[in-house]
Amino acid sequence: MPDCTTDGPIDGLGGGRFVRLTGLKRYFDVSAPWLVRALEGRPRQIVQAVDGIDIEIAKGETFSLVGESGCGKSTVARLVVGLYPPTAGSILFDGNDMARRRSQAETAALRRRMQMIFQDPYASLNPRWRVFDIIAEPIRAFDLSRDKADLEQRVGDLLRQVRLTPADGRKYPHEFSGGQRQRISIARALASEPEFLVCDEPTSALDVSVQAQILNLMVDLQRRLQLTYLFISHNLAVVYHISTRVGVMYLGRLVEVAPTDTLFRRPKHPYTRMLLDTIPDLEMTGRQRAPVAGEVPSPINPPSGCSFHPRCPFANERCKVERPKALPSEGGTVACHAIEEGRLAVEERSYDAGR
Amino acid sequence: MAGGNPSGWLARAADSDVWWSFKSSSLTVAAAVTTLAIFALAFLSPVLAPHTPFDPATLSLSDGLKPPVLLSPDGDWSFPLGTDEQGRDLLSSIMYGTRLSLVVGLASVVVAMVIGITLGLVSGYLGGTVDAVIMRIADVQLTFPAILVALLIDGVVRTVISVQRHDEIALFVIVGAIGLSFWVSYARTVRGSVMVEKGKEYVQAARVIGLSPVLIMVRHVLPNVTGPVLVIATLNLGLAIITEATLSFLGVGLPPTEPSLGTLIRLGNEVLQSGDWWITVFPGVTLAVLVLAVNLLGDWLRDALNPKLR
Amino acid sequence: MATPSNNPPLLEVKNLRVEFPTRRGTLLAVDDVSFDIAPGEVLGVVGESGAGKSLTGNAIIGLLEPPGRIAAGEIRLEGRRIDNLPYEEMRKVRGARIGAIFQDPLTSLNPLYSVGRQLVETIQTHLPLSAADARRRALDLLKEVGIPGAETRIDHYPHQFSGGMRQRVVIALALCAGPRLIVADEPTTALDVSIQAQIIALLKGLCREHATAVMLVTHDMGVIAETADRVAVMYAGRIAEIGPVRDVVKQARHPYTKGLMGSIPSLGVRHDRLTQIDGTMPRLTEIPPGCAFNPRCTERGSRCLSERPELMSAGTSRAACWLHDRGGVGAPIVRETADA
Repeated sequence: MPDCTTDGPIDGLGGGRFVRLTGLKRYFDVSAPWLVRALEGRPRQIVQAVDGIDIEIAKGETFSLVGESGCGKSTVARLVVGLYPPTAGSILFDGNDMARRRSQAETAALRRRMQMIFQDPYASLNPRWRVFDIIAEPIRAFDLSRDKADLEQRVGDLLRQVRLTPADGRKYPHEFSGGQRQRISIARALASEPEFLVCDEPTSALDVSVQAQILNLMVDLQRRLQLTYLFISHNLAVVYHISTRVGVMYLGRLVEVAPTDTLFRRPKHPYTRMLLDTIPDLEMTGRQRAPVAGEVPSPINPPSGCSFHPRCPFANERCKVERPKALPSEGGTVACHAIEEGRLAVEERSYDAGR
Repeated sequence: MAGGNPSGWLARAADSDVWWSFKSSSLTVAAAVTTLAIFALAFLSPVLAPHTPFDPATLSLSDGLKPPVLLSPDGDWSFPLGTDEQGRDLLSSIMYGTRLSLVVGLASVVVAMVIGITLGLVSGYLGGTVDAVIMRIADVQLTFPAILVALLIDGVVRTVISVQRHDEIALFVIVGAIGLSFWVSYARTVRGSVMVEKGKEYVQAARVIGLSPVLIMVRHVLPNVTGPVLVIATLNLGLAIITEATLSFLGVGLPPTEPSLGTLIRLGNEVLQSGDWWITVFPGVTLAVLVLAVNLLGDWLRDALNPKLR
Repeated sequence: MATPSNNPPLLEVKNLRVEFPTRRGTLLAVDDVSFDIAPGEVLGVVGESGAGKSLTGNAIIGLLEPPGRIAAGEIRLEGRRIDNLPYEEMRKVRGARIGAIFQDPLTSLNPLYSVGRQLVETIQTHLPLSAADARRRALDLLKEVGIPGAETRIDHYPHQFSGGMRQRVVIALALCAGPRLIVADEPTTALDVSIQAQIIALLKGLCREHATAVMLVTHDMGVIAETADRVAVMYAGRIAEIGPVRDVVKQARHPYTKGLMGSIPSLGVRHDRLTQIDGTMPRLTEIPPGCAFNPRCTERGSRCLSERPELMSAGTSRAACWLHDRGGVGAPIVRETADA
């Protein structure tokens, strides 16, 4: 098992490759029902939501996946926690292949160690349950408490950890604001004492001032509990703030992976550059951000070769036919023919330091 | 919305939007009062009824066919709504009959609910072939009127067992027949709600923990489909009572030894030509008022629980 | 660019109050809000959800959802009062003088008609044009909003367009009758970042060309920063601060605005933690007396608890905060635990 090798790019954080996704694919069949297809002579339609990605996440780091809607980043999150089975590829968690059959107790022991935080604070809490029972659910499911008093103690501690009070446990979700609900969601995720948290756009539904509270809380918790995060977001500024390393996804594929500072200061893939161009920044008052031509194509029939080539200003014939491989570059990987051939120089970017 | 919780649920219920919308609709309050009054009179009939109409020892043919007291000088105050040809007090008959109608109605709603919710949960959560099979059966059943389905089931039972045996278990047969003819609406509604709830993130959170599908259904999804189910149950109660009355009127429901409202209407109908109208009209009015009140409650409940209309 | 001082304002909003009667009493969702928009000016209105920014916009276009209603104040467009117009007249004003763009382009378009038909219908409602001329104008508008192949796309239905293209159609629809003011409520929120930039550039360019003023309602400070001339920051139904966008971003005068700006992650220096404003915006039922922001404010004094500050001069902006009054905030208050 390769989990104990320590030649990862950031093995200084300890533990080597804690989570490892290899050749991960997930296709969805979105065809019309069989009868309709037969009558109208339509073909099957397959969405290649995730089309072969490799990611390694080290213990204690925050690995972020960014991309526009439909790029498959949320599907990766759901694959990792086992909400969908992968179409192909493997997920290794601390050296354990998640696809292997194992006893119920062993499965529970693995599941306990990874939890998920969802995007919509209004849909992620059962409206009929009290907050206490919502947070207690994982503790009860994994049988972690000795008795009732211990359970109450644990739930109280969890509520305090997310800056709520144990008395809040008696209330129902609708009595809380969006930000407070997201805290409850985080408390539930922490209830099983996990080591790895998958966070699917945890702040996109929140107002900015509340987003800051939640991001700060997540950073604090990561330090205190030595958590590893897989962070999914479309907001590059948030990703910049919270991540150790970033992966950029486009149409189900990873186009670039790099340490955060490298990605933002020395972006390589043309799509990464395009995304960076679109960040609305307060410093740009009065200036125009460069609008990018074109839109994301449908993942049902992705373009051949490099799927970004129809929107890429640097595309040539090779890009239209040959799918680029992810090649190592500055502590990460880039999948781009133009970079590989040296047609495209690395670009240095700087940002206004203060405001 | 208030759930069934021990501490302070009364206070929360009194503060809830549902209670408020109830209070602000006088028609609904009237319907609720009427329903409660009819329920009370019916279920307390052994205590409240002036006579025990089905005890042959208390009957006297000389009391037969007395008209209602307020409408005719021939009336007798001990029989306020008059009597039938055997001298049974009509008011007491109606009270006992309503009780029986309500028992059949409520029991068949419970039967339909249990079948419908179970199939709806299974269908919605599993999806695929199971879902397709259950829903196609539901579609086929929907093409037959409920009364026809009930008649069919009752007919099958009648051919299988003897007449005396049938009279003994007539109540169960009719409850089963009506219940089986009404499960479809529950199953469809529950299936729809399950499909919506299944996609919500709190169900996914439960799946991440590794809860079994059955536990997720019972603990998470079921409590969230109670609203629509309650609405259908209320509206169905009216329908079930009507169906029972229709079956009894047609003579395939409950035996005349235990007359429900429908049986009373049928018995009265037989003597209607001779001018003794009250024997059929009063049970008929009772049935109409009861069903109307229950339906008004159901309509209100549907609006009150629908957030879009609030 | 517009200079608000020497032109008469295009839109004047004075002491606007929007209330919602509920069974628990009347909620004041917009509380005494006043501002002007000059011809051709882009005014950004920013705030968190529930701050009353969308309701202010809806009140101006006359589309408050009942039971919400304008309880006091007046709204004037080119000097004419429009807040008390009967529905039919307001409908004419809404198409011809004020255009509206909403967050979800799908709700603004009728799925049953082709976009061309919807454009022609709107044009003919407000302008005396023949069917052929109206179609020509519709085509021009589609070209202007950057729809490739407009000649064929004009006969397509809304579902055949992508999200970004749909929002372009909605913009064309809003521009049909050449309005003087466009109220755009979160026009880019439902779109991907790369598309957002396209739509903002388009909106800004079109309005400059046609000298159309824009009231841009959004929660996204980034969008405001690069689009608006002036910005109004709303909090709990009131305007906390209003001023030129650069000054509000760079030198916020109200403690709430300062906190808001600090909480936006930026690509400048990576801070360990983001500035955060503790607590949450009060519900409309629980707005404290005095300054609505006082429970979360780090600089509050005794005066903030009892007296409500009106907008007052603070540098080039105006802020509703006693810090900018000669009397100050009053005696300092020891902060009790206001965590979470």
